[in-house]
Amino acid sequence: MTTASVDDKGTGTNTGQDGRTMRNARAERPRARRYRHAPPIIAAAGMLLLWHLIVVGFGVPSYIAPSPVQVIGVFAEQGEILWINFWPTLFEAVAGFVLGNSVAVVLAVWFVHNQFAERAFYPIAVFINTIPIIAIAPILVLILGNGYAPKIVIAALICFFPTLVNMVRGLKAVSPQMLELMRVLSASDREILWKIRLQSSLPFLFAALKIASTTCVIGAIVGEWIGSNYGLGSLIIEATYNFRAPLLYATVILGAGLAVAFFVTTTLVERRIVKWKPEAVF
Amino acid sequence: MTAEAAAAAGAETAVAAAISVRELSVRFDADTGSITALERVGFEVPEGGFVTMLGPSGCGKSTLLRAIADLVPISGGAIHVFGRTPEQARRARDFAFVFQDATLLPWRSAIDNVRLPLEVGQRSGAIELNAEPEALLALVGLEGRENALPHELSGGMRQRVSIARALVYRPRVLLMDEPFGALDEITRDKLNEELLRIWRETGTTIMFVTHSVPEAAFLGQKCLVLSAQPGRVREFVDIGFAEPRTLGMRDTLEFVEVTAYLRRLLEEPR
Repeated sequence: MTTASVDDKGTGTNTGQDGRTMRNARAERPRARRYRHAPPIIAAAGMLLLWHLIVVGFGVPSYIAPSPVQVIGVFAEQGEILWINFWPTLFEAVAGFVLGNSVAVVLAVWFVHNQFAERAFYPIAVFINTIPIIAIAPILVLILGNGYAPKIVIAALICFFPTLVNMVRGLKAVSPQMLELMRVLSASDREILWKIRLQSSLPFLFAALKIASTTCVIGAIVGEWIGSNYGLGSLIIEATYNFRAPLLYATVILGAGLAVAFFVTTTLVERRIVKWKPEAVF
Repeated sequence: MTAEAAAAAGAETAVAAAISVRELSVRFDADTGSITALERVGFEVPEGGFVTMLGPSGCGKSTLLRAIADLVPISGGAIHVFGRTPEQARRARDFAFVFQDATLLPWRSAIDNVRLPLEVGQRSGAIELNAEPEALLALVGLEGRENALPHELSGGMRQRVSIARALVYRPRVLLMDEPFGALDEITRDKLNEELLRIWRETGTTIMFVTHSVPEAAFLGQKCLVLSAQPGRVREFVDIGFAEPRTLGMRDTLEFVEVTAYLRRLLEEPR
């Protein structure tokens, strides 16, 4: 054990050096942190101002392009119509996210354990992915009717493919040596799946979930474009046809905000779950 | 030569052979036809012995170790681990394997990595005689680091964790495939000395593949020297240094003579 400490001392010195550099960085950081968000905020404010000046300066009518002030006004004056249509879209996006990703994960697990299944169905998954979602939407409306179902399925479809591809890669991203170790331990396929593959696929899964967290909102909105009388998608269509440009802009901003909220939530969940360093292989 | 070496080893240790290899051949199918990795290899490792394996690269020393561990199918001959076939021995958990990389699960702490073998595989009654994972981390000099994640440990410490993990189900044989090959020389020397201590304290039979001549001479009671293409036993050398061995011993004339002899075996054509 005394011998061990010699080896440990080597690494101890390393941590010491790291610690010093970290302390220096920490001393500089509060200032840097305070102004970290300044550049994007200044840039965004500048562009809004430019937008406002162009609209006012050139006398652009509000039904063609509203000024930012008018758009903000919609949130204050017509807030109710926005929120009434917000909740169905939120529900469809979340339901689609859960459905699409669950099916993708289950299929990926099946593919990894059954080469025949992978060879048979992977090309079909690729083919479905190549059909533009906007072309599938009317087909699904015909099949599933006018309720929540087609919107959820469209949101699920758009989430499905990136998660399937990433999850298959993630489940296979186990070093051959780790598999040999499990063989020496006479571990079963099920044990390898639960103890090794699922965990090591998590960084890949979250990479896909981050994509899905924004695309599921797009899926729900596209679904609402076709034969729907509620939701942010239907509000976009309605506002466009009635030349209610300020309402249209406000709806788009609300939809974007929803996608950003999903993305941030996914990132926070990832940070809580994946605490190890995925890039390194031990 | 092969038969002589095997016979000599057999005569000495006829009582209890931990590993016995007879007329072993291993062939691989490649695009250009079949490649013979090992041909008519035979030797025995006595129970509680420490045998090192040395040979030029491509001589099949890793293949030999993997064949014993049931990771590579054999094409001819026989391998027995305590009288069992490699597959039976694997299922009975007679041996453990230590790889060149520590092969730790990055999301598990050191102690949880050591516990992994207890959570998988067939956990029959015999395997319940486990050493305490905590005691094993102490044995390899890592007390106090139980909850560290692999990326928080140095390369040497990670390899210590992997040795503790190998010992957790008290295997009778420890198969080590260049376990210290990726470590710096100072760390390697320390771990060599500690491995000898662990070997003395646990009484485990050890078979150890290495590229390093001094390492092979320092660790092994016997050294199996292989020749390449195809892999055959060049000589099964007895290394009779006084026990317990110390790192200082490596500067003695006796040690230098042994390493010089091993080097000659490696360099000279048959």
